[in-house]
This record gives sequence, C-alpha cells and structure tokens, in this order.
Amino acid sequence: MKKYVIKRVVTALFTLLAITLILFILMQLMPGSPFNDEKLNDTQRASLYAKYGLDQPIVVQFFRYVINMFKGDLGVSYKISKNTPITQLIASRLPISIGVGFAAVMIGALVGLCLGLLAAFKKDTVWDTLATIISVIGVSVPSYVFALALSYQFGFKLKWFPMLFSAKDVIGSSVLPSISLSMFTMASIARFTRAEMIEVLGSDYMLLAESKGLSGNKLIFAHALRNALIPIITVLAPLVVDLMTGSLVVEKIFSIPGVGSLLVNAIQSNDYNVVIALSFIYSAMYIGIMLVVDILYGVIDPRIRVAKEGD
Amino acid sequence: MSEEKKTREKILDVKNLDITFETTAGKVHAIRGVNIDLYQGETVAIVGESGSGKSVTMRAAMGILAKNAVVNSGEIIYRYRDNVGGIDYNPENDASAQWKEADILKMDKKWIRKHINGRRIAMVFQDPMTSLDPTMTIGKQIMEGMIWHYKIDKKDAYDRAVNLLKEVGIEDAEKRMKQYPHQLSGGMRQRVVIAIALSCNPDLLICDEPTTALDVNIQAKILELIKKVQKERDIAVIYITHDLGVVAKVADYVNVMYAGKIVEVGNINEIFYEPKHPYTWGLLSAMPDLGTDDDRLYTIPGSPPNLLHEKEGDAFAPRNAYALEIDDKLEPPMFQISETHWAATWLLDPRAPKVEMPKELKARIERMKKEAQANDSKL
Ligand SMILES: Nc1ncnc2c1ncn2[C@@H]1O[C@H](COP(=O)(O)OP(=O)(O)OP(=O)(O)O)[C@@H](O)[C@H]1O
Ligand SMILES: [Mg+2]
Repeated sequence: MKKYVIKRVVTALFTLLAITLILFILMQLMPGSPFNDEKLNDTQRASLYAKYGLDQPIVVQFFRYVINMFKGDLGVSYKISKNTPITQLIASRLPISIGVGFAAVMIGALVGLCLGLLAAFKKDTVWDTLATIISVIGVSVPSYVFALALSYQFGFKLKWFPMLFSAKDVIGSSVLPSISLSMFTMASIARFTRAEMIEVLGSDYMLLAESKGLSGNKLIFAHALRNALIPIITVLAPLVVDLMTGSLVVEKIFSIPGVGSLLVNAIQSNDYNVVIALSFIYSAMYIGIMLVVDILYGVIDPRIRVAKEGD
Repeated sequence: MSEEKKTREKILDVKNLDITFETTAGKVHAIRGVNIDLYQGETVAIVGESGSGKSVTMRAAMGILAKNAVVNSGEIIYRYRDNVGGIDYNPENDASAQWKEADILKMDKKWIRKHINGRRIAMVFQDPMTSLDPTMTIGKQIMEGMIWHYKIDKKDAYDRAVNLLKEVGIEDAEKRMKQYPHQLSGGMRQRVVIAIALSCNPDLLICDEPTTALDVNIQAKILELIKKVQKERDIAVIYITHDLGVVAKVADYVNVMYAGKIVEVGNINEIFYEPKHPYTWGLLSAMPDLGTDDDRLYTIPGSPPNLLHEKEGDAFAPRNAYALEIDDKLEPPMFQISETHWAATWLLDPRAPKVEMPKELKARIERMKKEAQANDSKL
C-alpha cells in the first residue's frame, strides 16, 4: 500500500511537469506579446524583454520557470497589475474560488446521492421519473444559464441573496454561485448513483443477504450502500474539472473576485505568466484530486486494497 | 435414504402454487399449479429446462419473490418446531417440542425474515463468484446471520464461524475469516456459501444449481460436502438443476418441471428406470452417455413455450412426438402410477393408445440398471 501511494505521488508529479511544459510551449505559440504597446520603440522593448528574461532561449526560460515554481515563485504579472508577484495576486482570490467550488461539490454530491438513491429505491414510480427529469435538466443546461436564472430570480426579484459578490457577506453571496455550479455534478451523481444502486439491488449477493433474513435497513446499510458508493468516488474527479471550467464564467456573472475571473482577464490581455500560473494551479488541483480519489479508492475497495497490500 | 426408523415428518408442502409476473410486455404465467412435498432429512430434486420455473418456485418458498410477482393461488405450508432454545437447540432431544405449521404465502415479510429466512430455510446459489458480497470479509458474512437471528456476541459468532469453515472443508479457517471473496477460488467460495447457509442451523437447504458454475472435479466435491452435512445435521435438501447426472447422485425423489408445472414426480428409481412422461424421456435421452460409442447428443426438439401467452391443452404438446389429439385441447391431469409416482400425460389414460418409450432410451436404461447392479454388488 505504501509503495502504491508513493508510486501514485511520483506519477502525479511527473504529470504536472509534463503539463507545465505543454502550457509553456502553447503560450510560446500564441500570437501577440505582452508589450505590444505602439508607444514603445525597439530598444525600450528589448530592455523590457531583457528585464523579464524573455530574450533568453526558450529552454532556459522554461527551466528557470520550473525552478522558480518549486520555490513558490510563479513569476510576476506583466499586464493586469504590473510587477505584482502572481502568488500575491492569487493569494486573495484562490480561497474564494476554492470555497465556492468546494461548496458546489458538496451540494452536488450530497443532493445527487440522495436523489439517485431515491430514484433507485422507488424505481419506476413518480419519484424515479421526477429524479430523472431533474438530472436530465442538470446535465444538459450549462451552469451559466443556471447562474443567470438564479441571480435574476433570487438576487434581482426576490432579493434573498446578493446579485453580485460582496466582501461583507461572503457566505450569502456564495450561495447562488455554488448552487449554479453544483447542478451538473448533482445531476451526474444522481444518474450514476441510480444506475449503480439498481445494479447492486439486483445482484446475487443481495439475494443471498436477503435469504439470510436480514431486515431491509440492514440489507441497505450493511451491503447495498457500500457496494453502490465505491464506484461513485471515481466519477467525482472528472466532475470537479467540469466544475472548475464552469467557474470561469460563473465567477464573471456574479463578479466573484476569484481565480476564474482572473484567468479570463489574463487571457484577454495576453498576460502569459498569469495564464501559465493559473493553468498550472488548475492542473495541480485536478491532479491532486485524482490522486486523492485513487488512493481513497484503494483504501475503500478491498479488491484493490488487498491486491496492493503486497506492494 | 432414511431407513424408516422414525416416522417421516413432512416439512414443506407446496400446494397448487400459481404465480404470474407483471411485466411491461404483459403477464408472464411462470408457475401454473405446482405441487411439491418434502420430508425431514430427505432430498428432492427439481429438474427442468431453463425458464421452467424452478427458481421462482423456490424463491416463493423462501418468501423472497421479486416485487412484480403476483401469487394467484396456492399454499406453501412449512412445518417446523419452535427454536426456543437458541442457536444450539435441537428439537430432537426435546420431548416437549411441538410441530407447528405456517403458510408462508399468508405470513408477512417480517415474520418470514425472523422465522424462515436463513434460520429454517437457507439457500445456496448457482454462481459462487457473484453470490458473496465483494466488499465484506468472509468472516463477517458468515457471522452476520447468527448475530442477527440469535443475538449471540461477536466472539461466540467468530468461533462458530471458524468451526463452520472447518466443517465445510476450508483449511486455514482463521486466515480465511479475514479475507474477501475475490481471494478465494470458486469451489472455496461455494464452501463459504454453504457455511453461511448452515450458520443458523436450518432444517432445509435449497441448492439452486449449486455446481453448474464449477469445474467438474470440484462439482463432485461440493455434492459430497452437501451430502455430508445433510447426513450429519439431518436436514432436508432441495436440489434445483437441469443436470440429471447430479440428480442421480443425490436425490431421493425427483420432480420434473416443464413450463411452470410439475409433469412427473417419483422416487429416483421410478424416474430413472420407469419414466412415463415423454418430456422425462427426452431429458433422459439428452443426458450425455459415456456407455456408448455414439457421441451424438440428443436434444429435445423445439423450445419451451413463451409464458406470456396462455395456450390451451398440454404445454409440451408442440414438442411431443407422442402427442395425442386431446393434448391440444385439454391439459392432462396427474395420473397415479404408484404410491409415489405420478405423471401428467394423456398417454396414461386407459383410453390412450399403448405407447412405449423410445427403443434407444429403453436400451440405455437397461444399461444403467446393469451398471447400478454391478456397482451395488461391488460394495
Ligand atoms: N421478476 C420476473 N419478472 C418477469 N418474469 C420473471 C421474473 N422472474 C422470473 N420470470 C420468468 O419466470 C420463468 C421461470 O423463471 P425461473 O427463473 O424460475 O426459471 P428456472 O427454471 O430457474 O431457469 P434456469 O434453469 O435458467 O435457472 C421464466 O420464464 C422467467 O422469464
Ligand atoms: Mg434458476
């Protein structure tokens, strides 16, 4: 098990390195430069390039970048706010985005789970149909549509929650964005849970457990839930990516001062370093979540755990 | 077979069972008047092709029918002696133990769970690869029923589970307790399933194709194991199978089932040596025979009827080379041949033309008889 975890961590680190390289190359290929300002003459531009190390060969630029990254230095922004270290730029924004994202994942997972279980236990009844309708809407409608609808209905008309983010009421103003972001996760988890649970309920081992004379509750809690829920952990990771993508637009709609809106700004103004740094952070979060999910899966599912025990 | 030293006690009596399933395609009339008797300590086999209703009948007897099942009529009378003394209580040693009876079809789910499932009737399923919970240790799965039914403590349950594993022939019982199903071979898992079945001291073991999914040499071992525990614990066993070879090895009585009905019932000699129903003839002819050079395998022509559509007359008639005109109009009743032997075919009606079983089958039965005699004299 220990060996397995170490192996997973090392693999994750290499993946991250590869992603950085790709990001770096992509940025080099992009047209435009942060110093496109017409007022600059060639010597001025050259001195700016020299200042930021942009005159060095690409390989050197890359290695310098990676080394700095390991030191916790993500470089400085050239454009959005001149000469501010990116770490500082992100420091205030990351917690807000993570907070909203985490709330969205939790809401999505919990509500989705309940909805899926309800649909499975009440299969072929109105409950099942209702749950199916909700999840079809949830997967097919993009999160920004929910964001607009919610902010209109509950922010503008009913005034239950602020329409735009306000630093005075962080929790209240996170409610609508979190719900908008959670819809896709919720719907996907509901569908997946339903399918898994129905399969488990029809399995031979549930019949055997039933033939032992166990009560309905005992059957569900001792046997059905664990078997149905283990595979659900695996779909959580891709759903989180989806949620991160959605957050770019949703943060803009609610003017949340998070990393999502920062990334959008950075892309619009060709601020290389910020784009690379943020893409790197997004990738790192995703790889981190994948890693946690993989290890968690190994710990929870005895079929994998036991196979890895020898390692 | 029992040596008739004590009176035979009937423990299960299925009378006129009739079950339909509600499906989106319509009503599936899966069980159409089934009668089965079972006596304490004896072995009954139910044979028939796939889809004939063997499993449904047994699930009805366990009170674990699928939700879309509707019982139209019938009774499933279970006779038992109250297990007043806890897990080790043996009514054989208790003169005051009274026989009681209950119609499982009339009892509520809670009562059945408490008194029947696991505790008095236990089941062994066809595929040991899928019938154990993959995320629970072997030990927990064995202990679960005992703790649930008899409220014994964990330590006691643990010791009993270890002993059960030893009883079903598993070595390193303590180590196995901590393992998960995927760490065991198929044969081993089926032993675990049998241990689970025995854990609450049932009177009746229902084995639904217990060896079909296993290697041939393991099959024989599992059958022997079931025979052994049956003898030691004096429990009755119902085998559900489509393998007459298995039936020959284990059964006292045989019920031949076709399209939701028992079409012939008799003791093992009557079914194997004097079969009366053309369907039984077909099943016997379809048995692989090692005694001849002829290795063509006979199969009964046609396929079982679609139970979605009700049809007049004998359900087997379309596949029956010996069908009479009346078979298309009227279902044959059970004709009695001996005290224990009954068959539902118009060929047994006094007015019917005299029809003999196929010559090849007759020759084959003669061979089987000789073999059996030779085996007997060897012993
Ligand atoms: N829940 C259900 N809904 C609808 N039809 C069912 C259901 N369960 C069983 N049946 C039908 O009842 C009939 C008898 O099924 P059963 O499982 O008892 O067959 P079997 O004799 O055990 O066959 P096998 O040898 O394949 O196990 C089949 O036609 C089957 O399709
Ligand atoms: Mg079956």
